Amino acid sequence: MTNSNSSIAIAGVGMHPWGKWGKNFVTYGVHAARAALKDAGVDWTDVDYIVGGETVRNGYGGYVAGSTFASALGWNGARVATSYAACATGAQALDTARARILAGLSDVALVVGADTTPKGFLKPNAGERWDDPDWFRFRVMGMTNPGYFALYARRRMDLYGATQEDFAQVKVKNARHGLENPYARYRGEVTVDKVLGSPIVSDPLHLLDICATSDGAAAVVLVSEAFAKKHGLNTDVKIKAISTVTPTFPNTVLDMPQISTDPAVAVQPGELTFKESIGVAAYEEAGISPSDVDVAEVYDLSTALELDWIEDLRLCDRGEAEVLLRAGDTSIGGKIPVNPSGGLACFGEAVPAQALAQVCELTWQLRGQATGRQVEGARVGITANQGLFGHGSSVIVAR
Amino acid sequence: MAKPVVEGWFTQGDQPALIASKCTTCESPFFPKTQGFCRNPACDGDEFVDTELSRFGKVWSYTDAQYQPPEPYIPASDPYVPFALAAVELPEGLVVLGQVADGFGVNDIKVGDEVELVVETLYTDEEGDHTTWRWKPVAKAGDQS
Repeated sequence: MTNSNSSIAIAGVGMHPWGKWGKNFVTYGVHAARAALKDAGVDWTDVDYIVGGETVRNGYGGYVAGSTFASALGWNGARVATSYAACATGAQALDTARARILAGLSDVALVVGADTTPKGFLKPNAGERWDDPDWFRFRVMGMTNPGYFALYARRRMDLYGATQEDFAQVKVKNARHGLENPYARYRGEVTVDKVLGSPIVSDPLHLLDICATSDGAAAVVLVSEAFAKKHGLNTDVKIKAISTVTPTFPNTVLDMPQISTDPAVAVQPGELTFKESIGVAAYEEAGISPSDVDVAEVYDLSTALELDWIEDLRLCDRGEAEVLLRAGDTSIGGKIPVNPSGGLACFGEAVPAQALAQVCELTWQLRGQATGRQVEGARVGITANQGLFGHGSSVIVAR
Repeated sequence: MAKPVVEGWFTQGDQPALIASKCTTCESPFFPKTQGFCRNPACDGDEFVDTELSRFGKVWSYTDAQYQPPEPYIPASDPYVPFALAAVELPEGLVVLGQVADGFGVNDIKVGDEVELVVETLYTDEEGDHTTWRWKPVAKAGDQS
């Protein structure tokens, strides 16, 4: 299943700045889409496939995001799809577009994700649904999203000796990375004391360890080699892999929003956790190893989760991420910079746009266009995220 | 009269236990209870029997809720009082989340500690007490309390 000989090029990327802008998600999406088309040098009228990342908080228009964006850009007859995979939505949308181009059924695909999010804890839609774990966990447990992040953080502390100061240092690093990023919502230095002085939300995580929810949009234009050649487009950055694997039974790591895991009676758990398997599948598809990676954009829903991802992606051994962090190896200029964009720490999460935003950032990094946050000489980048209900993704791009 | 917050998910009494659905083909016990089809991909079982899960397990991880969770959570008191949560690994290999028993917090447990299932009141309304399962730290040898 290795596709390294038939890479698809990223011709253009674009974003709307993250923030709380009080506008409709379509406004953000069209802004990002037009920016990506302009970056690619492709006319919207030439796009023959549009894939939207679904947003579940914006009514029917959000459920059919692909056609909502197509209509807003002006009907052009393109084929349409809408993807939903929680935090991995953008990557799944990208995978859908890539597959159609690889199959020779499309030449130019526009992938768009946009969201507008409420302030505070993300909560389930209204209603009474005892068979919906996302409803049940709030009703019977009072288990919030930060509660899950805190479980993972506490394991790092009890098993590997991580400290709350380590987690705060992740925030300090990412805040510094994001200072010059024009798309970041939070652009200011943060100190360890400021993190540790913020209220604890779910022990051991402080408010500043946990990412906010944001409005934002990101878009990517994918093209076939033939189309790029014909129109003289920039194809320096190629997609080498998109992993959207699901877990294998039994998945015995507690995942949001579940209140329990699979049992390990009839079948023992495999060697890889779900999150590890996401990265492994990406490496296999790209035909590269973790040591080839120059830069990573990982899903720091919490500071501690960034450390988990560094290990899940095999950028270091299990329990060693704090060693990299403390040595400055995950900072820009270090051995393996992580989240040069500033990560979710500086952006806050805009669910259907976030996985695409990771790809946008890596594209700028690999082109050498990441002003003020450039990882010098980066040629291979990897993303990672995990969403609800067995969704997760890892995208590898290279030049 | 105390009423379980969800019917048929746990037993009452001195030795309460969570009730799982055990696949009669591969014996995998699923919690919460399931019906229809076995989730083991190598099993085509479609019949389940109720089975009680182990009452003791080891803490996989733990946290607390310092801020009042949003709806549909029903706070047990006004003003809100924070509570702790633990994810507990049972001998059956599954991890089950629950609140930590009244009177215990994050400083009372560590990853790997043994805990016991208890049933306590989650909240009280005009219908009376609504009970749920919780995890209670098991006193370690040498503990004074």
